[in-house]
Amino acid sequence: MKFITTLLLAALMAYAIGMYTSMPWWSFAITNLIVAIAIPQKPFISFVSGALAVGLLWASLTIIVDQSNHHILATKVATILPLKGSYIVLIIVTSIVGALVGGLASLTGSFVRNSK
Amino acid sequence: MRLLPFIASAMVTIGLVAVLNTQLSIGPTKSPKLGYFLSPQHGFWKNAEKVNTNFDASIIADELKGNVDVYLDDRLVPHIYADNDQDAYFVQGYLHAKFRLWQMDFQTRVASGRLSEIAGADKLSIDRFFRRLGMVYGAEKTEANINANNPEMKETVDAYTAGVNAFIKQMDPADMPFEFKLMNYAPEKWTPAKTYLFLMFMSYDLTGRSAASDLQLTNTRDFLGYDLFDKLYTNKQDSLDPIIPKGTVYQKPSIVPIKPAIADSAYLHQTNASFTNNESPEAPNKNNGSNNWAVSGSKTKSGRPILASDPHLGLNMPSLWYEVQITTPTHSTYGASFPGSPAVIIGFNDSLAWGVTNAGRDVLDFYEIKFKDSTENEYWYNGKWNTAEKRIEVIKVKDSADLVEQIPMTVWGPTMYDAHYQNPQSKGRNLAIQWTAHNASTGAETFYRLNRAKNYDDYIKAISLWTCPGQNFVLATKSGDIAIKQQGSFVARWERQGDFIMPGDDTTYAWQGMIPGEENPTIKNPERGFVSSANQKPTDPSYPYYLGTASSFPLYRGISVNKHLIGMSNITAQDMQALQTNNDNVFAATARPALMKYVQVDKLSPDAKRMVDEMNNWDLVNSEHSKGITVFEIIWDNVTEAVWGDELAGSPIALTKPDDFVLVDQLLKDSNWSVADDIRTKGKMENLKDQVTLGVENATKKLLALEKENKLEWSLFKATRVMHLTKIPALSRMNLPIGGGKNIINATTEMHGPSWRMIVHLTDEIEAYGLYPGGQSGNPGSVYYDTFIDYWAAGKYYRLLFLAKEKLIQNERTKWHIQFKKSNA
Repeated sequence: MKFITTLLLAALMAYAIGMYTSMPWWSFAITNLIVAIAIPQKPFISFVSGALAVGLLWASLTIIVDQSNHHILATKVATILPLKGSYIVLIIVTSIVGALVGGLASLTGSFVRNSK
Repeated sequence: MRLLPFIASAMVTIGLVAVLNTQLSIGPTKSPKLGYFLSPQHGFWKNAEKVNTNFDASIIADELKGNVDVYLDDRLVPHIYADNDQDAYFVQGYLHAKFRLWQMDFQTRVASGRLSEIAGADKLSIDRFFRRLGMVYGAEKTEANINANNPEMKETVDAYTAGVNAFIKQMDPADMPFEFKLMNYAPEKWTPAKTYLFLMFMSYDLTGRSAASDLQLTNTRDFLGYDLFDKLYTNKQDSLDPIIPKGTVYQKPSIVPIKPAIADSAYLHQTNASFTNNESPEAPNKNNGSNNWAVSGSKTKSGRPILASDPHLGLNMPSLWYEVQITTPTHSTYGASFPGSPAVIIGFNDSLAWGVTNAGRDVLDFYEIKFKDSTENEYWYNGKWNTAEKRIEVIKVKDSADLVEQIPMTVWGPTMYDAHYQNPQSKGRNLAIQWTAHNASTGAETFYRLNRAKNYDDYIKAISLWTCPGQNFVLATKSGDIAIKQQGSFVARWERQGDFIMPGDDTTYAWQGMIPGEENPTIKNPERGFVSSANQKPTDPSYPYYLGTASSFPLYRGISVNKHLIGMSNITAQDMQALQTNNDNVFAATARPALMKYVQVDKLSPDAKRMVDEMNNWDLVNSEHSKGITVFEIIWDNVTEAVWGDELAGSPIALTKPDDFVLVDQLLKDSNWSVADDIRTKGKMENLKDQVTLGVENATKKLLALEKENKLEWSLFKATRVMHLTKIPALSRMNLPIGGGKNIINATTEMHGPSWRMIVHLTDEIEAYGLYPGGQSGNPGSVYYDTFIDYWAAGKYYRLLFLAKEKLIQNERTKWHIQFKKSNA
């Protein structure tokens, strides 16, 4: 239950801070950290929930955008980066980047109150 | 708290964020900040525009005086209906920014030498070139002139600027154009200076080739000696069909420029023999040309004139052009505009249509300067040392110290090349540059007035204001007039004045005057029922002023246009479309039989024979799938190389190649041209027959290789592309299926060609067609980014919607409405 709660809360806060503030792109790391401090979990669990929160958020945001864009821009960016022009790989890479930062931030937060 | 794991984990997190927040070096370029770039709420994903975006909007702008309604049609062309002119230009600025902001920023950065500021030291050589050329200097002078003397244009540019800035202010940073994110910088405020810099860049693009070619021609002459030079780079064009028909009688010139007595020895035959290095940007394309023509009612089916205009420029995305309709109580006009400048540049209004081609006249010269000492504070002029004020240009460089250019200013203009700035062609000389683009102009006032012109007299008044770059302005009016005039501020030159670097010690070689506007070549309602231009020389040799080197005036497109127009009658707008996209090769029609006179077929290898057959069976049309044109082109190149490659060989720096017409004219009349001899083979005398045959054999080797790769088909060989301004292929359109080429009316070469095609039939309700190779949106993530390219390549046209507001609202092609108003309205 805690897992689901932290996951949803972190995703919601990451979305909100991106949507309603002009804070830098990495500010979700701070919200993840706060969530992880507020709701302590074991480090590994905390990492996974934080990573899933941001990873899934980014995956769904990009999939929605990419679908309604008919992959026009993602295909071009995936050629520049270079990811062989695959929008799917680009969505995966995007999600992993978000997930890694999010997971690590949550992991960091989990050590604040975890006493063993 | 588990301190150690906490610290370790925090450091890893911070480290990762830091890496993702840094531009990494990939070869010479830098990556975007990856975390930022990939973030769905900040980065490039925000630019992935919905394919069914609804562009309806309501914009509040307190800068407005009244209300403005903009309707976007199905091609995303805005139709602006404003209560007054300033509001219309405000909204034009807003829309240019909304759809083309990055390009506007980038192009003016190039023009003002400010690329290093965003891209680092890698771009310094380009920045230095434009600073030293005096781009900022010229733009400043025009701006000062307009601010002081031209309130109407000032108001116009100010309104436009306010519109651009209103968009920038309202833009969410997360929505800024894709390329800013890719290159990691942010838009800055627009200024009137940027508009003038943009126009300055057009002057450079259309007249700046001399900045490279004057030096190269000088070095070519030095290398060959003047006598051989004059043979290979002759100014005589036997087959010229000028803009103003041959035989026209010109009035007595008001200025008779006198060639200095010592010029033959001290200038023309002067030859110098030290090389330093400094990369310059690629010189403006030699084929920056265009076609335009107008046919009178006597030649059309409807009895009304038809006008056609297609400027040939570098093919870029986002396009240089942006279509727009501007309607206010003072005028109603439609056409192609420049993002970066107010008003329509090539278009039509409800009374007339106009178009432009480049005049190609030489308005840029170099003068050699002698400095007293290495401080470059004093230079020798008219028998004494004169002070050279230093113009300071500070180039900011990303991640590096500023670079300060101190440019000694002379009576001629800025000293572009000196001890601190050289390139392989300047060969250690101090060279000051005199260029009409440095003179204060009235900016885009000519176009502003053409937008409002009602008749021939208005057209003449409007274009009389035009100074640089010199253009052939074509006109057709509803009332039945057609006209063309070559207009610009042109130097009254003596023969070959300024073709090479000139001595700058005194006034001997100075410009002796500017040709009065009334003496510029012009013609109105000629008997033959049409006017046309295709960058050829404007007149036959009886025109009393020297026009410049023949290589500035391509011959064959003009011949082709005129040949077709003479033969046509009962013309319709569709016939004009067919002509504008015509692929006939009149050059090859002359060159092929001339070449065949010299090919020794019995001496050819079987493969070479097969290639010659392929060339001879070709229908002389540069069509997309033709192989014959590829074979002809490569044979021709190799023949020219065989004929004059030996003369040009051995130079440590690049020399100018002679023009094709020189060899054609020789092949047609002289089988014993001395240039044919390969000077590298001692004791052996080659003639044209030997060299043409050798050229065919050499070509065959290349052709066989192409055949193997399956690249003999013209469009595959030519590989026409429309490149994004960053040259990133993924943002460009490569390998387009299109014919045409050099010397062809459809002048589409590798990266260059018809950048806007327009046909206007001046019937009561104007019937107009047009398109450019690009799309109205500059966003690579928009479905409107490259909308017109396939249509353009196929030679098709869109019917342009030019309607009064009530009619446009009801038109089925009208899709969206953007309303502009003040907050309290």
